[in-house]
Amino acid sequence: MPLLEVDNLTTHFHTREGVVKAVDGISFSVDRGETLAIVGESGSGKSVACYSLLKLIPQPPGKIVAGRALFEGRDLLQTDNKTLQQIRGNDIAIIFQDPMTCLNPYLTVGEQLIEPLIYHRNISRKEATQRAIEILGEVGIVEPEKRINSYPHEFSGGMRQRVMIGMALIAEPKLLICDEPTTALDVTIQAQILGLVKALQLKRNIAVIFISHDLAVVAGVADKVAVMKDGLIVEQGPVDDIFYNTQHDYTKKLLASIPEGAKPETSNPDASNIENTPLLAINGLKTHFHDYSGGWLKRNQKVIKAVDDVSLKIQQGEILGLVGESGSGKSTLGRSILQLVPVTSGSVIFDGTDLTSLSPAQMKPMRRRMQMIFQDPYASLNPRMTVFDTLAEPLLYHGLATRKTVTEQVLALMDDVGLARSAIRKYPHEFSGGQRQRIAVGRAVSTKPELVIADEPVSALDVTIQAQILDLILTLIDKHNLTMLFISHDLSVVRYIADRIAVMHHGKLVETGSTESLFAAPQHEYTKKLLAAIPVADPARERERQAALIEPIINS
Amino acid sequence: MFRFILSRLLQAIPVLLVVITATFFLVRAAPGGPFSAEKAVPPEIIKALEARYHLDQPMWQQYFGYLNDLVHGEFGPSFRYPGRTVNELIAGGLPITAELALYAMLVAIIIGVCAGVFAALKPNTPQDYIPMSAAMLGICMPSFLMGPLLVLVFGIWFEWVPVSGWGDLPGDKILPAITLGSGYAAFLARLSRGGMLEVMSQDYIRTARAKGLPEWVVVLKHGLRGGLIPVIAFLGPAFAGLLSGSFVVETIFQIPGLGRFYVQAAFNRDYTMILGTTVFFATLIVLFNLLSDIIAVWINPKLRHQLREGS
Repeated sequence: MPLLEVDNLTTHFHTREGVVKAVDGISFSVDRGETLAIVGESGSGKSVACYSLLKLIPQPPGKIVAGRALFEGRDLLQTDNKTLQQIRGNDIAIIFQDPMTCLNPYLTVGEQLIEPLIYHRNISRKEATQRAIEILGEVGIVEPEKRINSYPHEFSGGMRQRVMIGMALIAEPKLLICDEPTTALDVTIQAQILGLVKALQLKRNIAVIFISHDLAVVAGVADKVAVMKDGLIVEQGPVDDIFYNTQHDYTKKLLASIPEGAKPETSNPDASNIENTPLLAINGLKTHFHDYSGGWLKRNQKVIKAVDDVSLKIQQGEILGLVGESGSGKSTLGRSILQLVPVTSGSVIFDGTDLTSLSPAQMKPMRRRMQMIFQDPYASLNPRMTVFDTLAEPLLYHGLATRKTVTEQVLALMDDVGLARSAIRKYPHEFSGGQRQRIAVGRAVSTKPELVIADEPVSALDVTIQAQILDLILTLIDKHNLTMLFISHDLSVVRYIADRIAVMHHGKLVETGSTESLFAAPQHEYTKKLLAAIPVADPARERERQAALIEPIINS
Repeated sequence: MFRFILSRLLQAIPVLLVVITATFFLVRAAPGGPFSAEKAVPPEIIKALEARYHLDQPMWQQYFGYLNDLVHGEFGPSFRYPGRTVNELIAGGLPITAELALYAMLVAIIIGVCAGVFAALKPNTPQDYIPMSAAMLGICMPSFLMGPLLVLVFGIWFEWVPVSGWGDLPGDKILPAITLGSGYAAFLARLSRGGMLEVMSQDYIRTARAKGLPEWVVVLKHGLRGGLIPVIAFLGPAFAGLLSGSFVVETIFQIPGLGRFYVQAAFNRDYTMILGTTVFFATLIVLFNLLSDIIAVWINPKLRHQLREGS
């Protein structure tokens, strides 16, 4: 009998709009030493399914309507709360998605680490603390005996996720549920965390349920895969079957949506033409921030060199991908180009004009020619403005439309970005994430700009939607002859869309090259490290790659 | 830490100066004066009195004279109680008022926080509605209504507690403390409910539950600390408010506290007494605000290091 056998699990949410069947009768099983990956897009019910097992969903509005979940022969869904408390954190532990919000900011990590031991094992605080120090070391935190007294905010995201893993493993659970454990992390840290989980699984022979939207990540870690859509498992089986012998259309669509390979060279021949004067030339750009966190009385400021002496050229019609990890300064560089943050020194020459020397009034006509697409379509659209308001505003402000013609122009724009004309009076909250990003793209191209800076435009989107938006961006670039700086942490996306790639690290540009040559023969150490960390949606290749990564962890 | 406190104290100086100046001129602008009375007093006596208390000097001279006294910690002589200084009067009434405020504070915290946390555990159920409706009632009901009602029910009908006095009979401090504290209890209940609701929906609470902690540990250890931050930030101003707002309760229950002197001083145009008490209360409000800010910063580890680095 497998360690966990779930049969016909059904969870409903009772909302004002009616009953939402978040999990609609799913069955799966997982055994010791085995990894089951549950894959699906946001809202598919994959997290709710796993939280339902431990009754961790908010009840009400959630309600487990039917099903059985036999864990070591005991039905989790029928146990009383007291027994369930003893199973939680002890037999079954969870690593949650967002390490930034899932640790208690008011307690030291040590205190949070020892809790499962204190409440499940009858051991003293002293012993538990000793064990916590060991496990912190095990998950790769340096100087664990010192760090144990730190608070979560004193750790970086990757380090917090390590703490989270340590917390889940400290009571040596038999089943570990990982809910998108690396989604919030940079690619190099993701590789480390995945390796860590795998190594610990091998060492302790635990069962793992791995929830993810990322098929490339799943390819490497899973033995079995279940694909979820709208609360149902549409397909499940051994990982190789899912990837190499795909049955269901939805799984095929998911696999097809993964941006793969480099951009076809055809889309713009001008880009390679280096003799042209570049549309944008950045010379020795520095953007430094002062850290006043100590309040105005504290004058011993720390200077943060967000952008540190960057020089870069973008040709007319080119798509330049700017990659780097969080905190590398890539977003600040984008904002510095548009003069949205005060630049410390250096020049930004756009079509022969140095933008850093312009007054705000002189900048206004330039703004029409340079636009920006932001990462989060939920936050970057004004919730009190309709689609019409959002799209008409730049047209009217820059005098590109009159009150009479503006409606017609907005409708044309909506056609361009693939929004139904009937949606013109709707507010942002009435749209899905992908549609909102279409609005944001529409706003950016409305003024017929020459340069568009896209700051992680698809990072917040599901993989199928991501593919649609990328294609939309490519179409618009062709149609309007746009030049684009495409900022992203996701190398596969950049590879798919960019002609050339610039790599940023700690505020500096470490390498620039054509997409093809950069991926084929990276020069800089950091670029090599970055490329090596990208997971690929191919189980055989991925297993090989990850084995190489895990080896040093197991041996150490 | 020291710098943080010093900077806050320095910021308080202009605030206090505005309070002093406004009060000083406003009480003098009000019709009547400390020595106007129903029966006619010979003008030479009034003149002598005014000279005695420097009221014959030009306004600005009085003002700066008063500021000079304040710097030396002197609130000046009372106009109404000859031979006694405002300092003495405050010193006499303050212990009683402070004791009353302290008890009221305890009542407010115990009832308010318990009710708020209790309500937040099961939002939108009777467990939430009942205490919160009671809290709404508590906020709406002024103490001059609450006091007599409590007296009527518990003092006269049930005869459980004395109806007035302070420290004369056993149990005579209970009703004043409840009367004064209930409004604040209601307010704290709403604040702690809001704070707890916010915190209990956080991801780290789910983490705590996933670790298999008993629910009371989840609530008390993981929830309360963050949930009570808005409450703590409010405690300082609330305590100052209890001190300065106690006059209604003191009047109802015949308590010889500071509040009654304050109100009488206003009726009597006892300029120095009004000014003295106002300045005294304003200082208290500033100090208690500072105190609760320090506690609120200290309780949050993210901000705590700022406190330390600021020293």
